[in-house]
Amino acid sequence: MHAPDGFLNVGTAVTTGAISAGAVGASLRQMRTTLRDRQVPLAGLAAAFIFAAQMVNFPVAAGTTGHLLGGALAAILLGPAAGAVVVTVVVVVQALAFADGGLTALGYNVLNMAIVTAFGGYGVFALARRLLPGTASGVVAATAVAAGLSVPLSAMAFAIEWLFGATVPVPFDTVFGAMVGVHLLIGVGEGAISAMAVGAILAARPDLVHGARDLTPGQTADRARIGLRGVTIGAVLAATVLATVVSQFTASAPDGLERVGLDQGLMAEARDHPLASGPFAEYATDGVRNEQVSLAVAGGAGVAVTLLIGLGVGAAVRDRRTHGAAGDRRPTGV
Amino acid sequence: MSAAVEIRGVHFTYPDGRTALSGLDLRVDVGERVALLGPNGAGKTTLALHLNGINLADAGSVHIGDLPVTEAVLADIRRRVGLVFQDADDQLFMPTVAEDVAFGPANLGLRGSELAARVTEALRAVGAADLGDRAPHHLSGGERRRVALATVLAMRPDVLVLDEPTSGLDPAGHRELVEVLRSLPITQLIITHDLPFALELCARSVIVDGGRVVADAPTSDILSDEELLGRHRLALPFGFDPRMARPSR
Amino acid sequence: MGAGHAHPLYVHGHSPIHHLAPEVKIAAAVAYIAAAAVTPRQAIWAFGVQAAGVAAAIAVARLGPRFVLRRLTVVVPFVAFALCIPFIASGERIDVVGLSLSREGLWGAWNVVSKATIGASVSILLAGTTEVPRLLTGLSRLRVPGTLTAIAAFMVRYLEVIAGELGRMRTAMAARGYAPRWLWQARPVATSAGALFVRSYERGERVHAAMLSRGYTGTMPDLGGRRATAREWILAAAASGVAWLVALAAITGTGA
Ligand SMILES: Nc1ncnc2c1ncn2[C@@H]1O[C@H](COP(=O)(O)OP(=O)(O)OP(=O)(O)O)[C@@H](O)[C@H]1O
Ligand SMILES: [Mg+2]
Repeated sequence: MHAPDGFLNVGTAVTTGAISAGAVGASLRQMRTTLRDRQVPLAGLAAAFIFAAQMVNFPVAAGTTGHLLGGALAAILLGPAAGAVVVTVVVVVQALAFADGGLTALGYNVLNMAIVTAFGGYGVFALARRLLPGTASGVVAATAVAAGLSVPLSAMAFAIEWLFGATVPVPFDTVFGAMVGVHLLIGVGEGAISAMAVGAILAARPDLVHGARDLTPGQTADRARIGLRGVTIGAVLAATVLATVVSQFTASAPDGLERVGLDQGLMAEARDHPLASGPFAEYATDGVRNEQVSLAVAGGAGVAVTLLIGLGVGAAVRDRRTHGAAGDRRPTGV
Repeated sequence: MSAAVEIRGVHFTYPDGRTALSGLDLRVDVGERVALLGPNGAGKTTLALHLNGINLADAGSVHIGDLPVTEAVLADIRRRVGLVFQDADDQLFMPTVAEDVAFGPANLGLRGSELAARVTEALRAVGAADLGDRAPHHLSGGERRRVALATVLAMRPDVLVLDEPTSGLDPAGHRELVEVLRSLPITQLIITHDLPFALELCARSVIVDGGRVVADAPTSDILSDEELLGRHRLALPFGFDPRMARPSR
Repeated sequence: MGAGHAHPLYVHGHSPIHHLAPEVKIAAAVAYIAAAAVTPRQAIWAFGVQAAGVAAAIAVARLGPRFVLRRLTVVVPFVAFALCIPFIASGERIDVVGLSLSREGLWGAWNVVSKATIGASVSILLAGTTEVPRLLTGLSRLRVPGTLTAIAAFMVRYLEVIAGELGRMRTAMAARGYAPRWLWQARPVATSAGALFVRSYERGERVHAAMLSRGYTGTMPDLGGRRATAREWILAAAASGVAWLVALAAITGTGA
């Protein structure tokens, strides 16, 4: 997911950079009101935790392993604004100090890995909490759904950026199908591990779970023991079905040969103006027949991502208004 | 003698409802070195956090010199009272040792050569003048302890409070620490589970248990009272006889 | 994916590049990579010049080609993706040793691989010659918000502490025969991650107390340090300027 330099075109890098900078700036301001003078040590340690959590290998199947991404988890534990800041710091340091992910790709990497997962994930979480019972089990289940969906959500964001900024002629449908399909499955692991981690924290220090601050001690104590195996298999099945449906877009992309004639003109034009293409790059409308499907999918995905981010931002803003009441959990003076 | 620290009837309950201090009284004179003993969970660390206003008493009062510890005078209190924490990793949070030592005096407004002089002076006082450029997490346990002490000395406090300074030190590190603390002419309150260490450094010891002071006497008397020690879950190392050891001056 | 390492790339050394002010190095690195990013893909010679420039700088910094090549493996997943592009991409087909490949796709793959490699090499040069705290100082001198760089500094400071705690938990689990194979056996892993968060948060609270007791009021003091000289800025501008000249020449060359 740490895309390298030059993966998307310059216009997209600059545009996503501006969006990310704005979102991180707003998140910093928001975090300042909730954490106040504790923000540096607490967010710093939380960032170290997320960085370390990305090194936690968990078993997936038959001995293969995966690792956490942590964006939704950070948002549920710390709130969407602080979560976004914390994951941004992780992504930026990985690029600068570990050469992991391109420096000029930071705009979209931060957007996809920090902003979309934190705010989008928190949006899903807020929605799921409304539908689920107000208990510890409800919070754990909402975490599973939110963390699980945050991964394909991030892939969707990437696919939409691809629509505007692809530097290679792979149609949007193919990228969308492959990215979202694969990430639906990865999301199962992310959801399971995040949910169980939040469950463990709720048992030890329920006051540290931002997304469960509204629970009374009685509600926190109510924890159902879930048969993990059944739930996991169910989730994998559901994700597989969804992934298959989504991957249909990949298959629906017509064979390249068939379209040679159609594309020739467009391509030649695009080649001649490598800088002039702007954010609406040359391949967005690759294939006339496919155009409508592409745009419909892109539009739908865009609306979904935006709505969920909006929900997450809404939750963050509500926080700001009510902070000092529930938002302040500092134990001691000053 | 005037009081460096005067604590009267302090009560403190943590937000989760756990009462840690219940009517604690203690007076420490200027220049005195006092050992604070007591079992795990007695409230020793909680008390230390009251001395520079990290915790504020629910009832009772804490005075540093003639200044009562209140929200309004915290900056001044924190300059006067230096707190060395139980875990040196909590105390050393800056990228390099020199920056860490500079953190406190910089918050007091020092800059430039004045700040640099402070840092050198503090590092020299703990025998760590050559560690300035190192990263704190690459230091040995003993070096960490000494640097943690330097970060506090750099603020030139009137009162030094140390929370379990000997935990994890080897015998040589232990020896060095005793020497450093002996050489400092300021009031010291030393929280420790290490009774020989207390005897070596402090003429007077106080036992805290259940959030209040339960004994306050010359260290050699306290260490000779096996029944008192046993009652508060304290014990001398096997074969150690406090009457044979040379008490501190 | 960025998992699996807790050690920054920094390699101790005394080359002129090591001693450059960090803000200059960051700005030059970003400018250099940006130049490669806008270079049109047909201008193979331009990428050659830019790559030679990075290689020369790496030689001056004495990072060693093995070190750089080993670290370049971070781009492997994307190179693998790039290698698929000629097969799945649309457009005119050409025959290469019996395979029908998309001409556009081949150019696209070349584009991704060349830019990613130059970008990653410059990043490795930057990270390999600049200690993390200096990188963060550089960022804040480039007007990145101080809160962000302070959080990053704390993260870096405590990374080893937290990774160490994590390692001990894992050893303890393995010592008791825990060897999971399936996702539904992952509860102990997740529980230890939860415990790790609680420990990290509580450490954050203790660190905050330690900061308060040394007079912290919410802003980190500026401890100064050497700022970049005009000479350093000019040197950096010259280095990235070469890359830009090449890029502009390539753009006008192919545009004509
Ligand atoms: N942050 C906190 N929140 C709630 N309770 C706390 C907190 N810190 C300490 N306590 C409780 O307050 C009591 C006193 O703790 P304190 O840390 O002061 O003991 P101590 O004498 O320093 O023990 P030790 O020798 O183990 O360090 C204990 O019961 C402890 O569980
Ligand atoms: Mg203690």
